[in-house]
Amino acid sequence: MSPAPAPLLRLNGIRKSFGTLEVLKGISLDVVQGEVVSIIGASGSGKSTFLRTINAMEIPQQGTIDFGNFSFDWSGSAGRRPSAQQLQQLRTEIGMVFQSFNLWPHMTVLQNVIHAPVMLRGVKKPKAISDAETLLDRIGLLEKRDAYPAKLSGGQQQRVAIARALAMKPKLMLFDEVTSALDPELVHEVLTLMASLAAEGMTMLLVTHEIAFARDVSDRVLFFDQGVIAEQGHPDQVLRDPESPRLRQFLHRILHNDTRHEVSP
Amino acid sequence: MNHSYFNDVVVYGPGFMAASWLVLWLTISTIIVSWICGLAAALAQRSDWIAVRGVAEFYIWFIRGTPALIQIFIIYFGLPQLGLRLSPFSAGVFALGINSGAYVAEIIRAGLSAIHKGQMESSFALGFSRAQTMRTIILPQVLRIILPAITNEAISALKNTSLLSTITVVELTLYAQTLISATFRPFDFYIAVALIYLALTTMLTQLANWLERHYARMS
Ligand SMILES: Nc1ncnc2c1ncn2[C@@H]1O[C@H](COP(=O)(O)OP(=O)(O)OP(=O)(O)O)[C@@H](O)[C@H]1O
Ligand SMILES: [Mg+2]
Repeated sequence: MSPAPAPLLRLNGIRKSFGTLEVLKGISLDVVQGEVVSIIGASGSGKSTFLRTINAMEIPQQGTIDFGNFSFDWSGSAGRRPSAQQLQQLRTEIGMVFQSFNLWPHMTVLQNVIHAPVMLRGVKKPKAISDAETLLDRIGLLEKRDAYPAKLSGGQQQRVAIARALAMKPKLMLFDEVTSALDPELVHEVLTLMASLAAEGMTMLLVTHEIAFARDVSDRVLFFDQGVIAEQGHPDQVLRDPESPRLRQFLHRILHNDTRHEVSP
Repeated sequence: MNHSYFNDVVVYGPGFMAASWLVLWLTISTIIVSWICGLAAALAQRSDWIAVRGVAEFYIWFIRGTPALIQIFIIYFGLPQLGLRLSPFSAGVFALGINSGAYVAEIIRAGLSAIHKGQMESSFALGFSRAQTMRTIILPQVLRIILPAITNEAISALKNTSLLSTITVVELTLYAQTLISATFRPFDFYIAVALIYLALTTMLTQLANWLERHYARMS
């Protein structure tokens, strides 16, 4: 066996509380280059919070992170935060796509895609535009280049949101239930795009309720339960032959009624 | 008829023209001051520091709870007692600008709260700082939302310049008053002043409508 490659992302003992509510109870995870990791779990189990600690959108109280040049020990003296430069570097190297597409409505599709490369990476505008056009062509939306987001379908908006993140040439992509807000007939086009990214070797961490998709694209599936990774492994094992009763229950529920229509309290 | 209106225009027209220009300058200057004060106060209200928020709250509370005329008097007649003497024009612009700024702050605050928090999230996640996000993502959207309200506020500021007649700024009202005391024709001259204000406010509304149509193409 060849030696395991150094992980692209290493998290150790991540803890996060909101007030007295402990949402993440010590999560450790290594992700290697090119790996696709899916996260499943019940509502409120901490999946989004976990994803958001990776790019420091949420600041954990404990734990360490190593990602490229960025190393940080959150357990250091209380209130210590990364510098503005460190944060920017971390976030420009990690792309994140949300359930709500959050395109900027006052900018055209093209402007949405070039805004960050031009402002944050100092890419010259003509270069940024030609890069963006290549990306838009790839997601099949080049002809929408000058349209405003309001004129696009949800699926198209989400694909542009993905392109906007990709324009920064991230080393890691985080997807948080990116198809949950879409009409069922629009889910496919977004999943197809994500699958093609995975096939190209993009390192991805995705929270999803699309079990079939998770099975098809991921190298590893994590089951979150009450703030811990309760079970993990190859999708064939975790999704077909779960060990814990809680995961079995969860899969049963999700496969037999569509939880996307679940109303959260 | 012992006078002709045509003759009036020839005789008094240039004077009214000069006074109208002054009103226009007063208004533009007031709007600039009010936007600076309003934006600062609106952002201060969202500050992490309680003292900064407190100052902004006090400013808005004080301005909205006292008459504009008294605010003008405090700045023009009151401040010299503390050693700060301003020209009537500057005192007027500051007083009206600070006054209008409190209302602008409330308008901007409402506009800010209308922006979905996902707009900031997606910007932060890409690596933009708070200031970059405000400047390039949030405020341009807020501007479109608040345009109608901010136009109304600009029209108020325009009309309020007539209050500056009380501190010897020879704008339209005071100019008309000087003519009236010489000619005893209050009806004619006050109507003339009203018509000029009407022309100015209509122009402002047209400008705002044009901007709104311009932005409407986007969403
Ligand atoms: N900013 C916050 N302040 C307070 N509590 C929060 C905050 N964000 C999340 N929580 C709480 O933390 C818990 C975990 O939330 P999180 O969004 O991570 O769950 P999730 O697994 O993503 O759920 P879902 O499947 O519904 O998206 C929930 O109980 C939630 O109410
Ligand atoms: Mg979530």
